[in-house]
Amino acid sequence: MNIPDSLRYTESHEWIRLDGATAIVGVTDHAQSELSDVVFVELPKPGKTAAARDAVAVVESVKAASDIYAPLAGEITEANAALSANPALINTDPYGEGWIFKMKIADPAQAAALKDAKAYAAHIGK
Amino acid sequence: MPAAEPKLRQTCLHDLHAKLGAKMVEFGGWNMPVHYTGILDEHQAVRTAAGLFDISHMGQVFVSGTAAEAWLNTMLSNDIRQLSSGEGQYTLLLNEAGGILDDLLVYRLEDKDYLLVLNASRIEDDLAWLKKSAVANADISFEPGAQAGLALQGPQAESILEKVFPAEFHFPKRNEILATTHGRHSVLISRTGYTGEDGFELFAPAEAAEDLWNSILKEGAGRGCKPAGLGARDTLRLEASLPLYGHELSPSISPLEAGLAFFTSFDKPEKFIGRDALRQQKEKGVSRKLAAFTTTGPGAPPRAGYPVLKDGKNIGEVTSGAFAPTLKTGIGFALLDAAHAAPGTPISIEIRGNLIPAATAKRPLYKRPAS
Repeated sequence: MNIPDSLRYTESHEWIRLDGATAIVGVTDHAQSELSDVVFVELPKPGKTAAARDAVAVVESVKAASDIYAPLAGEITEANAALSANPALINTDPYGEGWIFKMKIADPAQAAALKDAKAYAAHIGK
Repeated sequence: MPAAEPKLRQTCLHDLHAKLGAKMVEFGGWNMPVHYTGILDEHQAVRTAAGLFDISHMGQVFVSGTAAEAWLNTMLSNDIRQLSSGEGQYTLLLNEAGGILDDLLVYRLEDKDYLLVLNASRIEDDLAWLKKSAVANADISFEPGAQAGLALQGPQAESILEKVFPAEFHFPKRNEILATTHGRHSVLISRTGYTGEDGFELFAPAEAAEDLWNSILKEGAGRGCKPAGLGARDTLRLEASLPLYGHELSPSISPLEAGLAFFTSFDKPEKFIGRDALRQQKEKGVSRKLAAFTTTGPGAPPRAGYPVLKDGKNIGEVTSGAFAPTLKTGIGFALLDAAHAAPGTPISIEIRGNLIPAATAKRPLYKRPAS
């Protein structure tokens, strides 16, 4: 199971890559493996503000719909339009081309409260 | 995904599923594989080659005796007198109000011996219901865990099984069931399934299951055969517009509402439980009907429980829905006001506040190419 050291993680299996106050968010390799084949992604609208743990997107696998949560409070700035044409990018490249949205984080210091790779690995029992 | 709770039952093939790397889920009180390589991959294998399913969770109930035929004909909606030895039919177990307690296959194995294959989640309730009305000389026998069930489905199914079973064995025709052997074990093989493809269901003693499973996978490997789980089973049956108990079928739905009137016999000599209620319903007409549908515009796949609208008015609810891997669109079943259930009716599915355009359609949505 791929859990890059450079990222932070949530209990609900999102990853977050912080660059200053800008964050890129997706779902983890573990999450995509559990979801199996992703067939549709409902993307958030840029400009939408979210509190931490607000459901902002939906990833639909063949079997079920799963909410994707904002890891931290902030404003959505961009959604990955490539997922509309090819939702399976979440399966094939969860930490790269399968990113879901970008957001401007209200208080980047809050990221310290998220899990690091080691804590996330423990969380999923790896 | 939560870990399987220990109280869940396991089939005799559980260790094999674990070795094959299956992801397991709870289904009807059983811990079952949802997929091995992925739902889309397994779905595709069944449509183009073959997929092997563990169906050992289903209840194999044997009924035998001189009174079995007449008694089963009072308990089941279809007419088993139409079955010769070695033939099976789809039938329904109904309550007095005509509601569906279970849907099942019944086979006449020999003149006075029958096999009923029940939904896993319904076994206890069905047995209690049957035993409540039991008569002399119609013995009901069910041994939990004694029997295994395997389904091999797909265009390559017969050519694979030809390698697994004795060369002189002639495979049954659609809905027929025949006995053969595998090693020292006897195996019943029926040409039935739940996928819309040609295929077989195999019923054998639990101790024969591992060998049988491994032989089929070994012979099938070069022909694109893969183990397949409940995930693909669900998308396959939905494309083939086959109802699932607990979704399309329940005690509050009648065969007339579910579009299963074909499997009720009002004219057989025995009066089956629920017949009078159904006759009344038939005369009055039903207010709701089950309809298959496909989405006609872009949007998220439909799921069970989503509201169905027509001209802004709620006309029913989705009972099962999914993205259809072969048809490449959203599909499902919905229970609708009868006025809007005819095939070809434009409807909308409400998905998280968005209205997705859809249309009811003739069943089955997927029909396999003629061979």
